[in-house]
Amino acid sequence: MSVQSTITPGANPANSIRLAGITLPMWRKLWLIGFIVLVIAIPFIVKNFTIFQFTLAAIYAIAILGLNLLTGFNGQFSLGHSAFYALGAYTMAIMMDNWPIMAGDYEVTFLVGLFPVAIVCLVAGFLFGLPALRLDGLYLALATFALAVATPQLLKYNHFEEFTGGVQGINLLKPESAIGFLNDDQFTYFYVMIVLGLLFLGAWNLIRGRTGRAMVAIRDNPLAAKAMGINTALYKSGTFGVSAMYTGIAGALSALAIEYVAPDSFTFILAVSFLVGLVVGGVASIPGAIVGGLFILFIPNFAEEVSKGLSWAVYGAFLILAVYVMPTGAAGLVRIITHRLIRISR
Amino acid sequence: MELFFQQVLAGIATGAIYACLALAVVMIYQAIDHFNFAQGEMAMFSTFVAWQLITWGIPYWIAFILTVLISFAAGLAIERVIFAPIRDAPVLSHIIIFIALFSAFNSIAGFIWDFTIKVFPSPFPQESLFGNTLIGSHQLGMVGVTLLMLFLIFAFFKYTPVGLSMRAAAANPDSARLVGINVGWMLALGWGLAAAIGAVGGMMIAPVVFLDPNMMLGILLYGFAGAVVGGLTSPGGAVVGGFLVGVLENLAGTFIPFIGSELKLSFALVIIIVVLLVRPAGLFGRVVVTRV
Repeated sequence: MSVQSTITPGANPANSIRLAGITLPMWRKLWLIGFIVLVIAIPFIVKNFTIFQFTLAAIYAIAILGLNLLTGFNGQFSLGHSAFYALGAYTMAIMMDNWPIMAGDYEVTFLVGLFPVAIVCLVAGFLFGLPALRLDGLYLALATFALAVATPQLLKYNHFEEFTGGVQGINLLKPESAIGFLNDDQFTYFYVMIVLGLLFLGAWNLIRGRTGRAMVAIRDNPLAAKAMGINTALYKSGTFGVSAMYTGIAGALSALAIEYVAPDSFTFILAVSFLVGLVVGGVASIPGAIVGGLFILFIPNFAEEVSKGLSWAVYGAFLILAVYVMPTGAAGLVRIITHRLIRISR
Repeated sequence: MELFFQQVLAGIATGAIYACLALAVVMIYQAIDHFNFAQGEMAMFSTFVAWQLITWGIPYWIAFILTVLISFAAGLAIERVIFAPIRDAPVLSHIIIFIALFSAFNSIAGFIWDFTIKVFPSPFPQESLFGNTLIGSHQLGMVGVTLLMLFLIFAFFKYTPVGLSMRAAAANPDSARLVGINVGWMLALGWGLAAAIGAVGGMMIAPVVFLDPNMMLGILLYGFAGAVVGGLTSPGGAVVGGFLVGVLENLAGTFIPFIGSELKLSFALVIIIVVLLVRPAGLFGRVVVTRV
């Protein structure tokens, strides 16, 4: 039972394993192509409201990816990512509300609007990451949990009302399609998908490279990582910053898509959903974030259809089921199935 | 100065609430080495059970004892049925189970008893003791119950063989198993105890904040803050921490002008973060040293 391809030294031997005559990296490419085709086809098949739902799921996927960079790859827990999501959404909304150039001309908003958001959230995440350096696991989860619970209150605080709109939040105008043959929903959808594609590519490159290996090393053994000359403090707070940036961009996109921001949409329940999406999709898996985004958007709706009064109980049951069936998330499930298939095919 | 004392006393009264919950939080942390985010919702659910029993005409103290027993059994059952099968799963999966329990309890309570606010009776007399007007007798009773509970727990862990086994099972499961302790059942017992303590806490808190399915969320945060201030490894510290948070919160709300009542939750956040930064083990906690 030999693997019948030439293994060059240094190459990953797993790459030469064949399943139905196709190597695993090839399978991955096929999946990716299939996924992209599906993403392009969806808005021309389904209704406008469903397009909007998929847009939201993609936005959640970006936020979950952000959390995954921090929790999955760097091992720092966060129950407070709703705060960074809110920060991104409010930065976008306040810019559009106060700067005429962004409200009047959506091309400006779409082309450069995300950059200031990214910078604000990167800095905020980095700064929060500094005190977080002293906290491990549970304690960090607690500190970030407190952050998430306090966020809606801070947004409602009357001295900030001039900017945040207080309890009422900020209403935004609906972004108009800048491309003729797409309607508004389709345009927002493609815009979000392009941002998603770029951010996922960025995350993939980050994880594959030197920085990513340092992040993972810190997660697996902080002491050894330090001994290898990795500046753990810098990498940990840096990861916090990048993670907050991803989540913040997702928040800004949600402000654009929903056309409205209000304090009560950023409760700690949102942070908890991100965590749920992360675990269901698969910890430390980049494509898993997409499964997570779909899960946290569609499963609560589905639970509501099962039983209106008990929808959250049904949701809870789904969560328990998900943990039982796929303890390592959707990504882990795919991995297990692939291994089984390889073993059977030999 | 009078205002100051008034606020301190009022702070002690609310602090008793936080101390109750902080105690429950620390208890379960001691028993299962985890933070249970569903703790508050479990306490809320128990309180609803008590309310139902009282509404059926059962006298208060009998309903009280029944509720504690039911909660204990329910906590035990939850551990055995839901938690035991995945005990070896990663921590994140455990957190997801806590979240699932949280949403399930909240939803089921809302479904059975709906979301209207209910009045919960207090076992203590209406008129305040010693003719003072600063602190009600329910608040005093609550302080008393919290202290009594603390004493019982302390005695249980310190002087009974079961208590010792539970501590061993939480601190070092493998060694505990080798000396013949049934670790699985000790954890289940820990869940049962924490649920029972939560039930007592819930029944003490409900007359003050009124009963509804969402009553626990804000309080839980203060409970966490209290537990962190006192130290997660010390039940006594948690009680002191709870009182301290109550007093500080009240004083800050009164004397620092921009905080007011709007930013009280944010104040709890600040307390948590400051304590974690300055003294991560809490005021009374023991610094856990891990061998590398």
